[in-house]
Amino acid sequence: MSEQLLDIVLRSLWISGTALLLSLLWSLPLALILGLRRFRGRNTIISFFNAMLGVPTVALGLFLYLLFSRRGALGAFSLLYTPTAIMIGQAILITPILISLLTSAIEAVDPRIRDLARTLGASERQASLTILREARKGSILAGVSAFNRAIAELGIALMLGGNIEGLTRVMTTQIALGVNRGEIILSLEATLVLLAIVFTLTLIANRFRGD
Amino acid sequence: MAVHMKLHRVTRRYDGITALSEVDLEVKNGEVLTIIGPNGAGKTTLLRILALLDEPSSGEISYRGQRVDRSSVQEYRKRITMVFQRPVLFNDTVFENIAYGLRLRGLEGEEVAQRVNDALSSVMLDGFGSRPAKKLSGGEQQRVVLARALALEPELLLLDEPTANLDPTNAHIVERIIKNLRGRTTVVVATHNIFQARRLSDRVGCLLNGKIIDIDRPRNIFIKPKNEIIRKFARGEFF
Repeated sequence: MSEQLLDIVLRSLWISGTALLLSLLWSLPLALILGLRRFRGRNTIISFFNAMLGVPTVALGLFLYLLFSRRGALGAFSLLYTPTAIMIGQAILITPILISLLTSAIEAVDPRIRDLARTLGASERQASLTILREARKGSILAGVSAFNRAIAELGIALMLGGNIEGLTRVMTTQIALGVNRGEIILSLEATLVLLAIVFTLTLIANRFRGD
Repeated sequence: MAVHMKLHRVTRRYDGITALSEVDLEVKNGEVLTIIGPNGAGKTTLLRILALLDEPSSGEISYRGQRVDRSSVQEYRKRITMVFQRPVLFNDTVFENIAYGLRLRGLEGEEVAQRVNDALSSVMLDGFGSRPAKKLSGGEQQRVVLARALALEPELLLLDEPTANLDPTNAHIVERIIKNLRGRTTVVVATHNIFQARRLSDRVGCLLNGKIIDIDRPRNIFIKPKNEIIRKFARGEFF
C-alpha cells in the first residue's frame, strides 16, 4: 500500500470512528429509553428513525452544507471543508441506524432480566445497565453496521469535506476522484481496502453474535 | 416465632384485574411457608409483592416490624431473593450468574469465588462454574438459579413453583435443599403440588381467587380441615 493510500485509509478510519463515538453519545441513551420504557409517542419516535434510515446522504449533505456554509446558521464556526464537518455529518447520518438497531437489541433481551437483576439487589439504574450488557452482541452489530455506513458513504464526505488532499480526502472521495482523473489503479486499491474493512468488521460482529 | 414479613390488607390490581384482594399474611421467621392454589389464584403475584418487585395497589407491607415504603424498598430488596418459575439466566457463565448479586453487595475476588463455589456445592454442581449457563439442562439451570439465590444468603427466599419443570431426581434435590434451609432462612414456596406442600411446609396457605382462605399447619389443612372448602382444596378439587 502506497504512503498516499495509507494516509487516506487512516484518515477515513479516524473520521468515521469519531463519528461513531459522537453519535453514540446521543443514540445510546435514546435507544435505552426507547428499548426499556413504554410511553406515549414511543412508536412515533421509532417510526421516525426507521423512516430516516432511507434518507439519501446527498440530501443530508446539502442540508448540512447550507448550515455550515459562511452564510449558514453555523457559518461562524468555519466548519465547512474540515474533518470535523464530515464527522458531524456522518454522526447524524448513522444516528437512525444506531437507534433502530440498538433499540431492537435491547427489546430482544428477555424482559424477565430486569426483574431478575432487581431481585438480586440491583437498583433501577444497575438493572438498565445489566439489560444493556445482555444486549451486547446486538449492540456490537449495531455499532459495526453504523461504522460501515459512515466509512462507505460519499455524499457527506464530498459536500462537507471538499475532498482536500491531506486534510479531508477519504477512501470514498479518493475512489470518485480517481475515476474522474483516470487513476483507476489507486481507485481500485482504495476500493479493495474499503471492502476489506467492511467485510472484516461484519464477519467479526457476526461471530460475536453467533457465540 | 417472630414475624418476618407482614402484609396488611394488600390488594394488587393490574389491567382491570384484581390479582390479590385484601390479603393479610404473616410470614414467620425461619419457617417454610407454602402457598398452594390453582393456576391463576394469584400465587406469583403474591410472591412478587413479597419480593418487593411490585407495589401493592393498596395495603401495607412491613419487614421485621418496619413499614416498607418507596424510600426503603431498595434496602429491603437486598435481603430478599426470588427464584422464578422458569429459570432466568444471564447470557454468561454459571460463575458470573452467581457472582452478579455478590458483586452488587460489594464483595470481590476470592470472597466471591468462595461463595460461588460453596453455592455450587450445595446444589451438587461442583465444577460447573466455567460452563455457559444457558447451555445446561433444565434441571441444572434450576439448580444454578437456586445456587445464585443461596449464595446471597438471603433472609427471605421466595420460590415460585421451584420443581414444576423438573424430573423427579432434580425435584428431589431441590426439595432437600429447601428442607435444609429450615430454621436458618425464611422460605416461601408457591406451588400447585399439594403433596410437595405436605412434605415441605411448616405452614400452608391456601390461595383462591386472590384471597387467602386459610393458613395453618399441614396437618390442619390436609388431615383435619376446618370446613368443606378447605377439605376440597386439600384434595386438589379446585386445581
